[in-house]
Order: sequence, then structure tokens, then C-alpha cells
Amino acid sequence: MASIIEKLGNTDRRIIFILIALSVIIPVTTHLIFPNPVGAEPSRDMYEYVDALPEGCDVLMSFDYGPSTMPELHPMAIAITTHLMRKDINVVCMALWPEGASLAQEVMSNVADSLGKEQYEDGCNLGYKTGGAIMIVRLGSSMNAVFPTDRDNLPWDEIPMLEQISDLASFDLVITLSAGDPGVPAWVMMAGDRFGVPVGGGCTAVSAPQFYTYLQTGQMVGLLGGLKGAADYETLVGIQEGPAVEGMAPQSVAHLVIMLFIIIGNVAYFSEKKKKGGRE
Amino acid sequence: MNWEILGIWLGAALTLCLYSFLYRDNPFYKFAEHLFVGMSAGYWVIYSIENILKPNWWQQMFPEGGGFNWIWIIPGVFGLFMLARIIPKISGLSRMAIGMMIGTGAGLNMVSFFQTNAMAQVKGTIISVSSGGVWTIFSNTLLVVGVITGLVYFFFSKAHTGIVGKTANVGITILMVAFGASFGYTIMARISLLIGRCQFLIFDWIPTIPRLLGIGG
Repeated sequence: MASIIEKLGNTDRRIIFILIALSVIIPVTTHLIFPNPVGAEPSRDMYEYVDALPEGCDVLMSFDYGPSTMPELHPMAIAITTHLMRKDINVVCMALWPEGASLAQEVMSNVADSLGKEQYEDGCNLGYKTGGAIMIVRLGSSMNAVFPTDRDNLPWDEIPMLEQISDLASFDLVITLSAGDPGVPAWVMMAGDRFGVPVGGGCTAVSAPQFYTYLQTGQMVGLLGGLKGAADYETLVGIQEGPAVEGMAPQSVAHLVIMLFIIIGNVAYFSEKKKKGGRE
Repeated sequence: MNWEILGIWLGAALTLCLYSFLYRDNPFYKFAEHLFVGMSAGYWVIYSIENILKPNWWQQMFPEGGGFNWIWIIPGVFGLFMLARIIPKISGLSRMAIGMMIGTGAGLNMVSFFQTNAMAQVKGTIISVSSGGVWTIFSNTLLVVGVITGLVYFFFSKAHTGIVGKTANVGITILMVAFGASFGYTIMARISLLIGRCQFLIFDWIPTIPRLLGIGG
């Protein structure tokens, strides 16, 4: 028995890699889906806040991520945009990350097409602007000065849905989908704490524990953390078998395999320690 | 030539090259790594020119309607100062540009950063531990105990013995729970990226193989 545990403890790391790969590939290819119950979590807070917004109000969505974090943040973007557009809320997109502007366009076009919404009436994409937190401060005084045109170079004054918007305070909610810096901290710091605009959003799982503190203090209205947050929002919005919900099965199986190896590693470590202690 | 399929094959080949490192270091991995670094640098140079320099500087200096705004020469000169770092004789000039950037950033961020990340967080821990439901009382008590014991752990002016030591032990336990949660989330993020790559290989790349070989649809 002891030798088996010892052998397991010394498993070649490549075998572990293969098992992790299989734990992801098998559920993905078999379209395995696990139920995703959503409790009283920050994702529900985010959903309920958006759901309570009145029809026709304006929401600013900032796409602060790039292709490298798409598996986590893109499903969130699709689910939130779908929710907003279903409620006839005007969606104004922008990006603090350069690649975010084209990702925003993809999400807006796909969701708007599927719901029969019109560009420049129900949603528009202002594009990318450099500057991070400092640029957000400028948005607080004038949106038009920072974005004289949208992403397709259409002047601000010619976009009907922007008529009522002058600065950040014109928005009922700012949603940031953040993969790092600039992202959630910059929006909370400038839009939330400085200009008093409610801030919500989503982030990668790596940064979620750091941003949960903003929920307890009320600096954010809700937060979607990683793939689980995205899956929660898809479930709440009613997107059947969305990419995040589909991703939760391989995620769970891979976690089980990792937990198994953590247990094996610990048992092997303590068994070896005990053996050495016995010899001494 | 179908550019979409070419893009998918390039993406798949580079993904497999990078994952080959998990077996061991090899020339395929090195090739993909160098290609990534080189292409990223090239991409960012062009992206910066097109999306930052042109709209934020050049088009401000020479507006579409004609004319010349001379004031925009100043940020241009500061930008050139940044490049002075590569010429040792005049590298000191870059400090002016860096100083300007750091000064502006610090001035605009300092108060806001302190307010958002220190004051608001301190305020968030000053909460009642005797009102609300059972869960609220438990949750608030845990928060207060966690903050106090965590701070005691980092208080090194008194030896961690007796009551201080016991309190510090509670603090380190709570810190370990926090690190564990953070580690769990990090794993979730990494697995999510692996899922994304697997979905790309299985649903985007593999179906193109029969098409390329001329079998099936």
C-alpha cells in the first residue's frame, strides 16, 4: 500500500497533464452539461440590478479585455448585452483595451441582429481610447470631447441615441468587463467613487478575489467572477446551453482531477514524512 | 485560398507548438514563442501609430478642416524625449517625459486611489456585529475578527507568544483561507483558457481537416 502511495506521489508531471487534458476534452466532445444553480451570489446582484433598470435608460459597457481572456469574458459580454437589449436599454460600448473595440463590435452586431435591434438607435460602439483612469476622468466632464466620433468615424452629433448623453453622469450604470489594468479598479475609482455612477461588471477569475472587496463596501453593484460568473448570468438570462454553461462541465471535472492529485500529493508527502520519522 | 481556414490552421499549429512545451522544451515551442514575441511587437507598433498617435496627436495638430495647432508640438517633443533613452549622450532628456507622466498619473490617482482602496475598505470593516440576522452577525463577526487577527500577524514589534501568538495564528489561518480561495480562482481561470483552446481545436480546427483533404462536406 505504502509503495503504491509513494509511486502515485512521484507521478510524472506529463501524466498529470494528459489527465487534465482528457478531463477537459472528454466533457467538451460529449457536450456534457452540469446543472448550474445560482444562489445569492454577486452574479445575482448584478443581474437584479440590471433587471431593475427602467426601459430606455443608458448603460455604458467598457470592453477592457483582449482575445487571451475571451473564454472567460466574452460569454459575460454576450449574456449582459442580451439582457440589456431585451430590456430595451440603450447600450453604449467603448474599450480601455485596444482589442476590446473589435470584440465589442462582434458582440453588439451578433446580439443586435438576433434581437432585431438597430445600430445607433439601440446600441453603438465608440471604440478604443488610450489613457485608462485618466481618460475616465475626462469622460466625467465630457464624453463628446473624448469620443468626437464613434468607431466607424460617424460624428457624435449624428448618432441619435447619444443626444441625451453629455458625460458619465448621464449613464444609469457603467459595466466593465475587465481582464486587468485598466479595468475594474479604474472604473470604481473614477466613475464610481469620483462621479457617483453605479459600477458593475465582470472580471477574470484570477482577479475576482481582489475585486470582491468592492462588493462588501458597496462600491460595485455586482460582479461576475470568471467562467462561473458568466455561467450564472447565462442561466439567469435564460441562454440555453451558452458557452459558459457548457464550459462549467469540463471546468468541474478538471477541478475534481486537480483535487484528487492534491489529496494524493498530501497523502504521499505525509506518508513519506512518517516513514522518515520512523527510521530516525 | 481560403483565408479563414488558413487562419484556423495557423492558430491550431501554434497552439499545438506552444502546448508541446508541456512534454519538454523543443524547437517547435521556441519557434512559436519567438513568433509570438516578434509579431506582438510589430502589431503594437502599428496599433499605437494608428490608434494612439494618429487620432490623439497628428489629427489634433493637423485638423481635417485645415490649419495647424502648434500647441501639439509640445507633446510630440516629449514623445521624442522618450526615445532619447536609446542615445546615451542625451538619455537624460527621457527623464523629463517620464517625470511628466508619473507626476500627472500620481497627481490624478493619489487621492482617488487612497479613497477607493484604503478609506472605503477601512470604512467597510467598521460594521455592527450585533444587529441583523444570525448569518449577518456571523459574517460581520468573521470579517472583524479576520481583519484584527490578520493585522496582529503582521505586527512584529511584539514577540508572537502568548495571547499575541494565538491571535496571530488565527490571523495566518484566515490568510491561508484567503490564499486558498485565490489559488482556486486562479486554477479556474487557467482551466477556462484551456477549455477555450480545446473548444477551438475540436470545433473549429478538426472539422476543417476532412474539408482540406477533400473528404466529406
